[in-house]
Amino acid sequence: MAVSIEDVEHVAKLARLHLTGEEKETIRRQLSDVLEHARVISEVDTSGVPPTSHALPLVNVYREDEARPSLDPDEVVSNAAWAVEHSFKVPRIL
Amino acid sequence: MSADIPYKDALSIAALIREREISALEATEAFLARIEEVEPRVHAYINLAAERARDSAAGIDRMLQKGQALLQHRYAGVPIAIKDVLSTKGFTTTCGSRILENFVPVYDATAVERVSEAGTVMLGKANMDEFAMGSSTENSYFGPTSNPWDLERVPGGSSGGSAAAVAAGEAPWALGSDTGGSIRQPAALCGIVGMKPTYGLVSRYGLVAFASSLDQVGPMTLNVPDCAALLGVIAGHDPRDSTSIQQPPMDYLGSLSSEVRGMKAGVVRELSSEGIEPGVLDSFKRAVEVLEGLGVSCEEVSLPSFSYGLSAYYLIAPAEASSNLARFDGVRYGFRTDAEVDDIWEMYDRTRAEGFGPEVKRRIMLGTYALSAGYYDAYYAQAQKIRTLIVRDYGRAWESYDVLVSPTSPSVAFRLGEKTADPLSMYLSDICTIPVNLAGIPALSLPCGLSEGLPVGFQVMGPPLAEQKLLDIAYALEQALGFDALPPVASAGEVA
Amino acid sequence: MGFETVIGLEIHAELATESKMFCGCSTDFGGEPNSRTCPVCLGHPGVLPVANREAVASTILLGLALRCAVTPRSVFHRKNYFYPDMPKNFQISQYDVPLTSGGTLSMDMEGYTREVGITRVHLEEDTGKSIHIGESGRIHGADFSLEDFNRAGIPLAEIVTEPDMRSPEEARVFMQLLRATLEYLGISDCKMEEGSLRCDANISVSVDGRPGTKVEIKNMNSFRSLFRALSFEEERQRTELGLGHEVVQETRHWDDAAGVTHPLRSKEEAFDYRYFPEPDLVPIEPDLEWVEELRGRLPELPRARRNRFEAEYGLPGEISAMLTGEKALADYFEEAVASGQDPVALAKWIAGDLVALLNEAVVPIQACPVHPRGLGELVALVAQRIISGKMAKDVLREAFETGKGPERIVREKGLAQIEDEGELEAVVDRVIEENPDAASDMREGKEQALKFLMGRVMKATRGKANPELATSLIRKKLSP
Ligand SMILES: [Mg+2]
Ligand SMILES: [Zn+2]
Repeated sequence: MAVSIEDVEHVAKLARLHLTGEEKETIRRQLSDVLEHARVISEVDTSGVPPTSHALPLVNVYREDEARPSLDPDEVVSNAAWAVEHSFKVPRIL
Repeated sequence: MSADIPYKDALSIAALIREREISALEATEAFLARIEEVEPRVHAYINLAAERARDSAAGIDRMLQKGQALLQHRYAGVPIAIKDVLSTKGFTTTCGSRILENFVPVYDATAVERVSEAGTVMLGKANMDEFAMGSSTENSYFGPTSNPWDLERVPGGSSGGSAAAVAAGEAPWALGSDTGGSIRQPAALCGIVGMKPTYGLVSRYGLVAFASSLDQVGPMTLNVPDCAALLGVIAGHDPRDSTSIQQPPMDYLGSLSSEVRGMKAGVVRELSSEGIEPGVLDSFKRAVEVLEGLGVSCEEVSLPSFSYGLSAYYLIAPAEASSNLARFDGVRYGFRTDAEVDDIWEMYDRTRAEGFGPEVKRRIMLGTYALSAGYYDAYYAQAQKIRTLIVRDYGRAWESYDVLVSPTSPSVAFRLGEKTADPLSMYLSDICTIPVNLAGIPALSLPCGLSEGLPVGFQVMGPPLAEQKLLDIAYALEQALGFDALPPVASAGEVA
Repeated sequence: MGFETVIGLEIHAELATESKMFCGCSTDFGGEPNSRTCPVCLGHPGVLPVANREAVASTILLGLALRCAVTPRSVFHRKNYFYPDMPKNFQISQYDVPLTSGGTLSMDMEGYTREVGITRVHLEEDTGKSIHIGESGRIHGADFSLEDFNRAGIPLAEIVTEPDMRSPEEARVFMQLLRATLEYLGISDCKMEEGSLRCDANISVSVDGRPGTKVEIKNMNSFRSLFRALSFEEERQRTELGLGHEVVQETRHWDDAAGVTHPLRSKEEAFDYRYFPEPDLVPIEPDLEWVEELRGRLPELPRARRNRFEAEYGLPGEISAMLTGEKALADYFEEAVASGQDPVALAKWIAGDLVALLNEAVVPIQACPVHPRGLGELVALVAQRIISGKMAKDVLREAFETGKGPERIVREKGLAQIEDEGELEAVVDRVIEENPDAASDMREGKEQALKFLMGRVMKATRGKANPELATSLIRKKLSP
């Protein structure tokens, strides 16, 4: 499975990663290798086989609807790189 | 006295403290001294918690003096190393990443809470591959860890710091996490015992997620009884984890028995033939003979879907990781780029590019690709179906066998830098451990000998919730093998 | 050209649970920024979600109310995209297996009934809020934004309809009926202005039966703006098509102040949500008993109640629709009916004067100072001719303003009509005596004199004279 530079750029945008030209090429090659190795699985006949997304057959796990104390707002922003009072500040969005 | 404390197993240290032979503070000081001695060569820790450890040890001593130790303080004063992927309230938790270099969590992981309730004293946060992605601990932003058996070699990964700390006498036991072999493979490469419990047996709350459907926290110890003891501390239902199993508490240590006669073990052909180093295979086969000598009937079994395990894993795990790691964006916590940015999108792109290392970026890219439109069915969905086949293969095996066995790692510890340029060759280190995670079953690795002076790991796998059986077999095997070699770093004089 | 408008809606309703969808933080509206957050809803490293049982129950309840089937096994998915109001940069939502699907909502339009298909009702988590700081105060031209995650993680029911509506009016009626349904179920606060009920629309215009291009409209924050935005967009698309232009498939933003939609610029966002099953949550398999218990909890719904009001109380359709459009209003009406007075008269008072007073004072019916029993008194006073209809309006206003009962007001102010013939005759005699010209006009059959004389009688009695009685007395005494 050959991955193109355009694929890499599209995926990098979805994943929000800035890649240098060199990184793009390295990743393109490495992704191709891994996907080539993964090709064996596409040859396996899995018709009628359901997918497993959870290792264990648990169902219906809930918590009861009870409000509990929230964090102290000082703690909320204690790890933020950029905050104004108790709000997180981010660069312009558009 | 205190110079002898490192390399004592955790249960012995617990007994010494309980009998007031030594104080908790003495135990902690002994390990801190040992750390000071070997850490410059081993680099098992990212951040040491020396002061905090002294304070909490002193607190335990005061409690013991007043006779206030409670039943739940089973291991009062026993030091422990915690893999830096577990959230520790008020203490930096980096996951081996630049993006969390200065991150101080506001809450404790459930496993951390439990070891702390048991009275243990955290010595520090152990080194690891960044976000647990790797098999050598070379992917740590804070530099690699060395294997105590050969400082030029890797300790395995991703819980390499935890494994090396225990192997180098820098902690009597440690917590690790295992997504594709990250407890068992470093345990094998460092000559210690490591266990990945059944998915859902130990709460994942506070375990920084790599691949949520595969991750488990588990014990890394000098021997099997310690492993049983530590598992008993961390196992159990947690309402904060929806995937946590409702299970009454088990006394793995109290139930530990080396009576295994009549059990049946299957030797997995797909994991013990092609691609396994001859030295590893020799050691493994000798251990199988020992097992037979204990009255366990061993025969080869083929689990054909296992050949696809690695490929399925390297689609599923990165896919989940790509989503789990999206939260590291520089907004609420963690590193944020210093670059002048035009808008939030550039801030995201730069922060993540500068904050994550190459392996993490590679897996995020791979996982994003596998989930993206047009590829989902061919990659992610197909991998999840392969996973079903692996679960079914195991299910069939449990009809005939109590446990399955294989080498833990296809090779002994490799040289630092040997595989960093070729991700695929690194991924192959997990070939024996991965099927276990895909099926959610428990597995344990214990040392079964040396090959070229380096430890070899023996893996025992069992059906869901068969931890006791695995521990019993491992306990019997451990006693029969009598593996008691110590790494060269154990005696300071031998290390240049 | 034969144009036909095709509209489908996608509605998000915040569920009025005590705690958030996946953590214990309170769902109260507002509050200091980030004062209702915890590691879970802030997406801290290592946290895990645990589903709120009540939120699942509410969503199933809504699905049942909309005649959906409950899915035997549904799962949560992650919807992956970056946006600063999303703590984890993915939203826990549902994808190919929603909790409930395949329902209908019937609505009565003027002269016809419209069945709107409900594609699905699923459960997901809300995002936080961005406040844009800059001269404009809007996202365009903002210098930076502030993120508040108090809303992040509040449970949201998402209702997706089939493209079954044919006009902006139908879309508005649907939204009102859906809001009423949520209100009847008691599962949402339904405040569009606070954002607890939000609506996006897909609208296309087909030409001579050929399907048109779908345009998505966002940012409609009231029933009025929903109607205005869709009307604008309908007209815009018709104009484009009339000119032979293509309608571009896009997302457009409704600018309420300017009264126009404009294309939403999304410079950086790439759309590929990479849905996959949420590994941290287990599947939902509602057992039949639970579903039946929830079905048993279904109250009488707005349309059924409307029909019952018409059949049982003889209410005109329009008034019935109005009263049942808001549960509390309908409840108020039925409480008033318990007074034993004429339901139609009660309904007319509520739909007319009372609602006007409530709107004027911006008071919800739940806080209405006039007790339903008081309204019963008012209707009784009019029916027994103790006060006139005109006086009753003033009494109602006074009752509304002071909280006093109408009987008490009438008593205290001595407003009761003069019904006593002898007493009134004395007044009429005096008026005739004082106004001889008018009296003679009346005798000559000049009807306009009656009005004058009645005015004098009313003035003399400060409006308390029973008008019919006074009129007949004047006629009797001054017959030609
Ligand atoms: Mg939605
Ligand atoms: Zn919360």
